[in-house]
Amino acid sequence: MWKRAVIGAVVLFLVGAAAYASFFIAPEEKTMHVLQRIFYFHAAAAWAGMTAFFVCFVANLVYVWRREERWDALGISSAEVGLAFITVVLITGPIWAKPAWGIYWTWDARLTSTFVLWLLYISYLLLRTLIEEPDRRALLSALFGIFAFIDVPIVFGAIRWWRTQHPAPVIMGGPGSGLDPTMNKVFFFSVLAMHALMVFLIAERYRLEKLRSDFEVVRREAEAI
Amino acid sequence: MTPPAFSPVGLRLENIDKRYGGLLALRGVSLVIAPGECVVFAGRNGSGKTTLLRIAARLVRPSRGTLSFSRESQAGEDHAIRPGFVAHATMVYDELTAEENLLLFARLQEVAQPERRVDTLLNEVGLSDRRGSLVRTFSRGMRQRVAIARALLHEPSVLLLDEPATGLDPQGVAWLAEEIRRLRDSGRTMLMSLHGESEISSLGTRAIRLDSGSITADTRTGATFRSILTFADA
Amino acid sequence: MSLLPNAAVLLGKELRTEFRSRELLTTTIVFILIVIVLFSFTFDPTSDESRRFAPGLLWLAFLFASSLMLQPCFLREQHNDTLSALRLSVRDPFAIFLAKLAANTLFLLLTELLLLPLFAVMYNVPVIPVLQWLVLVFFLASLGISIAGTALSAISAQARMRELLLPLLMLPLLTPILVASTEVTKSLFDRTPYVQWKGIGFLAVFDLVFLTALWLFGEYLLEE
Repeated sequence: MWKRAVIGAVVLFLVGAAAYASFFIAPEEKTMHVLQRIFYFHAAAAWAGMTAFFVCFVANLVYVWRREERWDALGISSAEVGLAFITVVLITGPIWAKPAWGIYWTWDARLTSTFVLWLLYISYLLLRTLIEEPDRRALLSALFGIFAFIDVPIVFGAIRWWRTQHPAPVIMGGPGSGLDPTMNKVFFFSVLAMHALMVFLIAERYRLEKLRSDFEVVRREAEAI
Repeated sequence: MTPPAFSPVGLRLENIDKRYGGLLALRGVSLVIAPGECVVFAGRNGSGKTTLLRIAARLVRPSRGTLSFSRESQAGEDHAIRPGFVAHATMVYDELTAEENLLLFARLQEVAQPERRVDTLLNEVGLSDRRGSLVRTFSRGMRQRVAIARALLHEPSVLLLDEPATGLDPQGVAWLAEEIRRLRDSGRTMLMSLHGESEISSLGTRAIRLDSGSITADTRTGATFRSILTFADA
Repeated sequence: MSLLPNAAVLLGKELRTEFRSRELLTTTIVFILIVIVLFSFTFDPTSDESRRFAPGLLWLAFLFASSLMLQPCFLREQHNDTLSALRLSVRDPFAIFLAKLAANTLFLLLTELLLLPLFAVMYNVPVIPVLQWLVLVFFLASLGISIAGTALSAISAQARMRELLLPLLMLPLLTPILVASTEVTKSLFDRTPYVQWKGIGFLAVFDLVFLTALWLFGEYLLEE
């Protein structure tokens, strides 16, 4: 119990430190000034979200192979956490875009792809709520998760190939695209902090999921009597 | 009784568990069925009879444990054995004719001379004159006959029947009993799940009782046929 | 190897069933028709506007229609538990998928080709000069939609709210097809039409990737 609290505190500290660094250590950017700092959250959250989805993909594969409940628990946990991070990305995008471009949403290739990604994993979660039998639910959602993840690079590829022909403001310079070295360091520290947060959240959610499914078993056995 | 044209097949189930959610539909079921046995499974609804038969049919994957078939004439497991399965659902297409249905499944199973085989079976089950009618127009009894014909297309050495007499009138039951007797006498190994004593249950050479997913009585280990079939509370 | 013969026999069954009742084809055609007409109310189908919007609308209509058309695919096999009969009879469960996706591709292609002349007339787009390329795009896109749709309909058939679930699962997954097909169609309707080989290749790759995924994981979709 204490171990978890300590780890939680460390993660929180890391995130706080990254936030501090984003605002006070990184030099101000020439054209967009303070507004640009949101980039450290936005892009780092995107990376953490993608990593979470990759974890989900692996968990799905292992579940189909081994059929052990814990892989299903890992799958749902990482999908939810990934979705949370991607939601942050989709919210911080417009927050930046409005003052910068005067509009909340631009059909920038990356943002569009991210939106589709978000829809895919929302569908994953929805699918799970619509299947009652736990083993069926685990297997079918794992299979959908596998198809969804395979689709992700294809979605990003398609949208990037064709949508970028259309004039659309690029939301932010890519990470490391000619960034000042201090900015780079702050960025990678942000990424690290976000990943630490991601791992912590997945672990906590996983624990919750195991509790929930154990409870489910007891409840079903009680109902059967 | 003429000796079978095929080598009779036995089954072995070892420690079969089947879990649905938190509940075990089958727990630790271990069973050896000798070639040519005609086993009757009795038990209440939900005792696991259907699950057991579907596992034997390889339609359901057990959560734990193994299933294997072996021929009398050869040592070791035979992976090519495909049981014939007659379930409560007819497993035929309503929108196709009896003949079309049987031809479909005959061709899928790569039965030799499918048209001839379908012809033979339609005659055997007494549906020759209705072969060109859509199954949708059939009575329950006639559908059951199509289902049985379908199960027999590939001349299976093992036959699984899940409450086959459900919905049949006395005539239908009599016909079914005769069919089962004939199949049993030809050396096929048969597993049937039934609901109680009847013309059909008396054809069994062995009876097994299932309660809540476990085997609670077996004529092989001393219980009587009657006690198993009438759910006498122990 | 009995995979192809099995698939062929099953394809025969799928086609025979559908051509006997024609219920899937007719309802799908009518649906696309309704969508095309409704879309025309949302903008002025003059030549220039049409060239910009029409391809997208066409493919949206096809996608929506297919997400409805593919629902009965595995659902109808639950009636009388015929799916179990199929699983017992075929050696490789992939044959079931192969047959169904081939049938679905055919049905989709048929509805698309039937509606193409009407679409061309209503939206003033020049179809004749590029007909063979349109057919190619239709084929590759329909194949991709069918592959993914057939797999997903096996999933949705086992869940609740399946009528709404299948579109929910299919539409985000098929965005790449929407994008690629629209772009290729757009360049075919251009004032100086040209074939976007990039798009054709992309569609082919999509089809291959998902066919492989279905081949690898198909049997688990049918498991009990």
